[in-house]
Amino acid sequence: MRTEIVSLSSLAPGESGTVQGMHGLARNARQRLLEMGLMQGVRIRLVRRAPMGDPLEIHLKGYRLMLRDSEACSIFLERECTI
Amino acid sequence: MTPAMDLDPATRLVALVGNPNSGKTTLFNALTGLHHKVGNYPGVTVEKKEGRVSVDGRLAFTLLDLPGTYSLHAQSPDERVATDILLGRTTHTPPPHLVLCAVDATNLERNLYLVTQVVDRHLPLVVALTMSDLAKDQGVCIDARTLSRHLGCPVVPVVAQKGEGLEALRQAITSVSLTNGHRPPWCATDALHREWESVRDHLHRVSHVPLPLASHEAIELLSSPEALAERTDRHDPALASLLRASVEKLDYLGIDRQSAFVESRYTWIRAVLASAVSSPDHARARLTDRIDRIVTHRVWGFLIFLLVMATMFQSIFSWATIPMEWIGSAFEALSAFVTSMLPPGDLRELIVHGAIAGVAGVVTFLPQIVFLFFFLGLLEDSGYMARAAFIMDKLMSKVGLHGKSFIPLLGSFACAIPGIMATRTIDNPKDRLATILVAPLMSCSARLPVYSLLIGAFIPGTLLLGVFSVQGITLLSLYLFGMVMALLMAWAFKKTFLRGAPPLFIMELPAYRLPSLRTVLYQVWERSLAFLKTAGTIILGVSILLWALTAYPKVSEDAPRSAQLEQSYAGRAGKAIEPLIRPLGFDWKIGIGLISSLLQREAFVSAMATIYNVRGPESTGDGRTVYDAMRDDRDPSTGMPTFSVLTAVSLMIYYVLAMQCLSTVAVVRRETNSWRWPAVQIGYMTALAYGITLLVYQGGSLLGWGG
Ligand SMILES: Nc1nc2c(ncn2[C@@H]2O[C@H](COP(=O)(O)OP(=O)(O)OP(=O)(O)O)[C@@H](O)[C@H]2O)c(=O)[nH]1
Ligand SMILES: [Mg+2]
Repeated sequence: MRTEIVSLSSLAPGESGTVQGMHGLARNARQRLLEMGLMQGVRIRLVRRAPMGDPLEIHLKGYRLMLRDSEACSIFLERECTI
Repeated sequence: MTPAMDLDPATRLVALVGNPNSGKTTLFNALTGLHHKVGNYPGVTVEKKEGRVSVDGRLAFTLLDLPGTYSLHAQSPDERVATDILLGRTTHTPPPHLVLCAVDATNLERNLYLVTQVVDRHLPLVVALTMSDLAKDQGVCIDARTLSRHLGCPVVPVVAQKGEGLEALRQAITSVSLTNGHRPPWCATDALHREWESVRDHLHRVSHVPLPLASHEAIELLSSPEALAERTDRHDPALASLLRASVEKLDYLGIDRQSAFVESRYTWIRAVLASAVSSPDHARARLTDRIDRIVTHRVWGFLIFLLVMATMFQSIFSWATIPMEWIGSAFEALSAFVTSMLPPGDLRELIVHGAIAGVAGVVTFLPQIVFLFFFLGLLEDSGYMARAAFIMDKLMSKVGLHGKSFIPLLGSFACAIPGIMATRTIDNPKDRLATILVAPLMSCSARLPVYSLLIGAFIPGTLLLGVFSVQGITLLSLYLFGMVMALLMAWAFKKTFLRGAPPLFIMELPAYRLPSLRTVLYQVWERSLAFLKTAGTIILGVSILLWALTAYPKVSEDAPRSAQLEQSYAGRAGKAIEPLIRPLGFDWKIGIGLISSLLQREAFVSAMATIYNVRGPESTGDGRTVYDAMRDDRDPSTGMPTFSVLTAVSLMIYYVLAMQCLSTVAVVRRETNSWRWPAVQIGYMTALAYGITLLVYQGGSLLGWGG
């Protein structure tokens, strides 16, 4: 299994990855995302994008969360390749 | 150890906290027998609500239902309501004696995060595992005993709607000890723990912050040292240097202070869950996913949204007519009865044409209100609201707001007051203000009678494509028009005096649930009651006043009614403002209607009923309806009809945009804490209403649509 580091916003719907870190987010945004469970080592699946491309729906820790592309760009994960 | 419940029952305070949408209010309602609003989306409850709970037939404690929050680190006004009470930061509510934490059993890991923070507060704690029926259906097995041992507090599985586990919960609350002395169960890494302890001890010893609160504040200070600037002890040089040294040390060690505290809690939670919970590892086949694939589809998503709205307005027009006729004829019979009982004269006139006609005019529209609230209730309790926020967020971002603002706006279809309250879920104060300012542009249920009357009288009932009536489409267009104007105005505000950085938008998408009919019907019931109450008080008062103003001064006994009306006080007032409203296509009779609806929009309908001297929109004794009367009314000097279709449309547009609601003004004043914003709101809405109506009427007349 090959892996690579990408931002959450570059995942395709249905793809998953493991969070490696967040960079360049405002302090409050980062705090809230951490508290919602988006922290290092957590597995995230991009479920779908909204009809106009933004926001994104993600699946983590057994629940669904929507967030915008602007935040998703700052979240980096190790993509799971299924090839 | 003393049992917590040795206190006087009247002063025992139990705070109900938990994540948003975890079932707190459902539990609160089940325990107290009250009926506060529940709905399947985060952010239904935005203020604290009190209720009393009895155990074994005796008053045992007061329960506080609070808005949901994900952590004690509040970011929006509704979360602050909950965290201020938990942290003892409010002056008007004493700190609770016990905390009841609602934990969603289908989402344990994230829900327990808040629990670890509450445990740190060293308050007696009871955990209610809500949604345990859903967890069971999903094959999740929770060992409440093990969980309870780790958390150091009772854990009671409940299904609030079915009453399961409530007795055990009540017993747990009344018997839990007041002084549980368990230490924080989670443990930060060594270095972090040391620095945290030293800051905490300083806060406790020097700044005299009670220990549990000091724990919380030490974490806040270490994760964001900027917070020191907002504290009262910011001038304590010892604290500042202690904090600086700690921060430097941790940064030197390469510890991410912000995430380290959060992560240590989650690490602890995962360890606990590993021993207390077993869940099937195969991915569940989710109905929610299948529904969402359609509802949030790039093409179907918007079509479905429109279809849902169209069905709603269609049903308002078609299905509601039959019960409306019943109500109409009931009032009919009532006024016929009064007419036969009383001798002719002013008293009879007052009762029949003032009170009964005015109230009937409004009450007849009750069935439409019932349908509106029924549909909104279904949307709210199914989980669709969060999806509406999801598909509309991009659009909202174009005007500088985000999807969360869409929920208060949709809620304003019912009434702007709960809509404005719901803006408390928006973290950014400028976004919240922009949403408050535009919320009354969304057509509320009080406008429905006005629209209905005008549409019923002047818009043909023909069908388009065999299904959609032109009347239904007109109504839908009015609602959409209000929505578009709200978005445009929000954009204008966000571009000018409410300019700010793009807001953070994070929102949970709950799983769909079958709406509970009981919940929805109860909402409908409460709302209808409120509507009838307005009709029985304000509308009744306005109608009687209006009747008097149209009946006096008396011209002469045999003067025609139109002459009497023209010479009356109301007629003179209408005439006085006529020059102002003539450019909008309104004559003095409509002027009377506008004046009567200054404080309450629906009053327009009763004003029309009184002016046209009929008892309700449905048939009167001589078979004429208020619709006919309005259609046939002509200006005696010119012979032109008072209402053309263009006048009716202009009038409806005026009602979409005008701020004619005293209660909304009061709520905006309360929520923004100043008279400035209600003033701005009244000013811009009045200007907008006048300007656009002028444009539509004059433009329409030029195009020759005025005839
Ligand atoms: N199946 C099931 N549904 C529940 C249970 N408790 C609550 N619900 C549903 O969950 C949804 C949310 O319930 P609320 O009581 O409004 O949740 P809340 O925690 O008060 O939400 P906020 O006020 O938004 O923070 C509603 O649709 C309820 O009908 C439960 O035990 N079982
Ligand atoms: Mg609630």
